[in-house]
Amino acid sequence: MSSPAIEFEGITKAYGRTTALDGLTLRIGRGELVGLLGPNGAGKTTAIKLILGLARPSGGSGRVLGAPLGDRAARARIGYLPELFRYQPWLHARDVLGLHAELAGVASARRTAAVDEALDWVGLTARAGDPVSGFSKGMQQRLGLGVALIGQPELILLDEPTSALDPVGRNDVRSIVRAARERGATVVLNSHMLSEVELVCDRVVILNHGRAVASGPLDEIVAVDGVRLHVSDLDEAGRSMLGAFGPLAVDGGWLTIRPLDPGRIPDVVAAIVAAGGRVHQVEPGRGSLEARFLELVAPPTQRPAGPDEPA
Amino acid sequence: MIVIARLTIQELVRRRVIWVLAALTVVSVILVGLGLDRLVSLARDGGTAELEIRIGVSQVLILIAFMFSFVLAMTAAFVGAPAIGGDLESGVALAILARPLRRAEFLIGRWLGSALVVVAYTAASALLAMGAAAAVSGYAPPDPILAVAFLSAQALVLLTLTLALGSVLPSIAAGAIAVVGFGLGWLAGVLAGVATAFGVGLLGQVAEASRWIFPSDGLWRGVIFGLEPPFVVLLAAGRVPRFADANPFYAAAPPPLPFVVWSIVWIVLVLGAASWWFRRRDL
Repeated sequence: MSSPAIEFEGITKAYGRTTALDGLTLRIGRGELVGLLGPNGAGKTTAIKLILGLARPSGGSGRVLGAPLGDRAARARIGYLPELFRYQPWLHARDVLGLHAELAGVASARRTAAVDEALDWVGLTARAGDPVSGFSKGMQQRLGLGVALIGQPELILLDEPTSALDPVGRNDVRSIVRAARERGATVVLNSHMLSEVELVCDRVVILNHGRAVASGPLDEIVAVDGVRLHVSDLDEAGRSMLGAFGPLAVDGGWLTIRPLDPGRIPDVVAAIVAAGGRVHQVEPGRGSLEARFLELVAPPTQRPAGPDEPA
Repeated sequence: MIVIARLTIQELVRRRVIWVLAALTVVSVILVGLGLDRLVSLARDGGTAELEIRIGVSQVLILIAFMFSFVLAMTAAFVGAPAIGGDLESGVALAILARPLRRAEFLIGRWLGSALVVVAYTAASALLAMGAAAAVSGYAPPDPILAVAFLSAQALVLLTLTLALGSVLPSIAAGAIAVVGFGLGWLAGVLAGVATAFGVGLLGQVAEASRWIFPSDGLWRGVIFGLEPPFVVLLAAGRVPRFADANPFYAAAPPPLPFVVWSIVWIVLVLGAASWWFRRRDL
């Protein structure tokens, strides 16, 4: 149990001329509940497919549960909910879970109990005998979650597990994920819903353009000191000069520099004034996950304009 | 692999494919029986000799088998094309292939399940139709089991090609290519016979080679041989044999053993190549 659950070392993946992963290095320990975040096309789903052997890396090396990526024996210990969750519409919910229990290598004597357990976890016991074709999208996602959990896998990969669920369903997923972690499973939650990740994950990895741009405990990722300033009359040269203090994000008349040592905030203000700018407001402090995410993945030109841009 | 084969048969049952095939079998057997009964009655009323009636029934059966081989080709294409391609397109395959299952096991399992259904349909339809013909006319083909075996092999060749193409191409394209390939294969067989009869050596060699590349037409000759009464073979032997061989509805001998072995090897090779490609495919 000493090896990490997932280990990527400089993994690259190209689909033709499109680079999905560009030297991704990450390490997820056993028993962690990790959120894999990133904008569309950042490489999150590709990373999960490489772990499962559904796609093959173009370069680099990696291991899952101590075995090479995609290893067949390791896959018996992994549960997976795909982003595109589709199950045989002509099967009943119980049959789908039974099929996956069999494929996962659950002993035949334990299979019925494992299916009942999974149905109970995802709240589908009453619909166990119904064909999947009659299920709503949310119910199909619940079924997919049951498929991912069946056989109590050591590693659970959930690709957008709440995309089709109502608030009650999302709350259920949080409970299920926490319960899985409590019994010792490693859970990787790939999601666009930052609030979901904030609520359940104890560590996040943020991907952008196929690379990990931030990785660490949620508190550390979010708790980065910086400053947000409302500024007017500052020309392009003045803004460029502020880049010397740290990464600069421009949002209309608001400028954000993060990370930044709080002791340097007076220097920043002085530099703006010296460059001919006027400072209307200074907000030192720590950001939210969403703010931090946007700082890391969105170029300044793509960020929405501020509501009160100074003249 | 067995799990996937069982799942495939379950799918064909739940999606009512098997029931539709069973209903088609019953309808076609009834029509064959009624049609032959009417023909034989008319012939007997007109004073046609019993031997001539038997020859007539044998040739009608060969013609029915020929049309049935097209129905089988379409059935194999419809069953085989979505077996892999459909699961990939819908996303169903993602959850399955994330399990500790080799892609080759998935592919062979799908083939095995589909093959059992297609062969069962072939055997049931063909044997019942021949039984109906025997009941109304008194004529039974000399080797119905051989005919069914070659008809099944022909369907398996089509199924194998369609399923293999479906693992690398969209299912619609896979089905279309396989059906067109079947038609071209039959045409090449006809051309080979005609070219040999008229001594056009090069064309005959090219057409003969195509029979080996896509063995469905060669297997069709085995179906005819199983259905052809010996007295027709004897009658034809008295004519110019190369012209008799040009007839796509006549076979003086079954396909040679090397060709039969090659057909089995062909199926294994195509499935092997498909597994190789499928294993390397990013999903």
